[in-house]
Amino acid sequence: MTHRSDRSLSVAGLARVEGEGAMHVRVDGGKVTDVRLEIYEPPRFFEALLCGRGHTEAPDITARICGICPVAYQMSACRAIEDACGVIVDGALADLRRLLYCGEWIESHALHIYLLHAPDFLGYDGVVEMAREHRGVVERGLAIKKAGNELLTLLGGRAIHPVNVRLGGFYRVPTRAQLSTLTEPLRRARDDALSTVEWVAGFDFPDFRHEHELLALVEPGRYAIESGRPTTDRGVSFAVGDFEEHVIEEQVEHSTALHATLAGRGRYLTGPAARYTLSQQWLSPLAREAARAAGLGAECRNPFCSIVVRAVELVYAVDEALRLIEGYQPPPASAVPVPPCAGVGYGATEAPRGVLFHRYGLAADGSITSARIVPPTAQNQASIEDDLRRFVATRLHLDDHRLTHECEQAIRNYDPCISCATHFLTLSMDRSTR
Amino acid sequence: MSTGTMVVIGVGNPYRGDDGVGPAVIGLLKARRVAGAVLTRSLGEATDLIDLWSGADLAILVDAVLASPAHPGRVHRLAVHRSPTERTRAASSHGLDLGEAVELARVLGRLPGELVLYAVEVERVDHGLGLSPAVAAAAARLAEQIAAELADRRPLAVP
Repeated sequence: MTHRSDRSLSVAGLARVEGEGAMHVRVDGGKVTDVRLEIYEPPRFFEALLCGRGHTEAPDITARICGICPVAYQMSACRAIEDACGVIVDGALADLRRLLYCGEWIESHALHIYLLHAPDFLGYDGVVEMAREHRGVVERGLAIKKAGNELLTLLGGRAIHPVNVRLGGFYRVPTRAQLSTLTEPLRRARDDALSTVEWVAGFDFPDFRHEHELLALVEPGRYAIESGRPTTDRGVSFAVGDFEEHVIEEQVEHSTALHATLAGRGRYLTGPAARYTLSQQWLSPLAREAARAAGLGAECRNPFCSIVVRAVELVYAVDEALRLIEGYQPPPASAVPVPPCAGVGYGATEAPRGVLFHRYGLAADGSITSARIVPPTAQNQASIEDDLRRFVATRLHLDDHRLTHECEQAIRNYDPCISCATHFLTLSMDRSTR
Repeated sequence: MSTGTMVVIGVGNPYRGDDGVGPAVIGLLKARRVAGAVLTRSLGEATDLIDLWSGADLAILVDAVLASPAHPGRVHRLAVHRSPTERTRAASSHGLDLGEAVELARVLGRLPGELVLYAVEVERVDHGLGLSPAVAAAAARLAEQIAAELADRRPLAVP
């Protein structure tokens, strides 16, 4: 039955997203009355278990929140605690942090584009089915991801949950010769990333546009990754330390993730499209040219096109990594001291999925007295639901199976990381037959 | 008997109790100074597994499984065939599970010559280090069995 006016769709376990969640859509009298992105992954209580731990432990503990973006957690944690202790990490150490972060962007974006998202556009159930007919393409994706893994392994000690990051810098920094071993794989990855942009730009994108406010870190002069000032496309800008005054989180019954809104303004979106819209002028010439050739304009407001933005960011991350490696001069010490200090510190960085905010309160001995972590997927949840509501409304003529499938695709546009968001997906569609 | 490369991959997270049985077996094999095979640990991410077993003549995977009803410590030996296996899709906290890693590797021509999976039934996978007694005992027996299996396949050392 395709034209019932009351229906209910459900996906109990969303596939090809990071973590466990569900989706429910209810249609009454031909109108979409309810869309819920249900994050049922159990709460993880990281903020509570950080309390009482030493200030030096936060980067390694919070890295465990996510296997895809541990560097983001480490970097936001380091920045927040260094902020509390009045320490600024700059020079070669800051460059190495940015380089490590580039590795994570490469790994995460290659994974999402090739293994999780592209099959949707080409009509395959998953990457295995896609690989049967596009073996070379999938090999290319795996090769890019591997280049990112190699960067993380060299600089972070291992590819998942790196162990070489500490407050103030690193436990051990690489020599120029060690870093230069990455040059060749990264050069190949850069060519592959350019081919990726060309490939995804040829996909068919449903006609859809949202008007959410876009939030990203902005750092004039360069594409913000590991630092920057929270800024929206509508002129709102605030210091990282004022984040909690501007971003209001609230509990919703259907989700173990908090829903975030901008104070007095409403829902918003963070992530690649926001970054691109706010900072495209600071992409490297190569990435900017790739974006232009792919037909990306001054802004990206079609969530389906996020795959093109991710591909452009892939080019940028590889290009930037090569630039950093070329200019690298080892720092005099692997880390600067971060002596404990009573106070409160704030840190925000651009995780592959968007702004990741941390705040820590420290006692004089460095023990953590309070912690607050605001991950990107939780911030995006309200906007994702709103987009789904509008998307479903234009597709009610589809049968339940097809519509459910398209809703799942729509959710993957945001590359949601449910594991990170819990404090988050399975689809249920409810079209009542009254 | 193969003269080629062999790899043993312990899959799991040691910080989640019995899920650490794979890495524990790798630790035991290293303690026995087992030679002739690459001994490695993995969190089980699909592309990582494919990279680890690509080109090997024999790959042995040790992973934890939840069974119902559970017999903690019971070990299942599964030989992964070159023909496709039945797969079921489940909500996974990762993009791709072990089954999909095997299928993707098969399509890409990157399965090892032989892939053996030892699946150990576990008791608890909550937070914390350490194996429950039945699983620890199974890990010890399994390490011995894998060491013997590797020795059988290893060409005799030339003095």
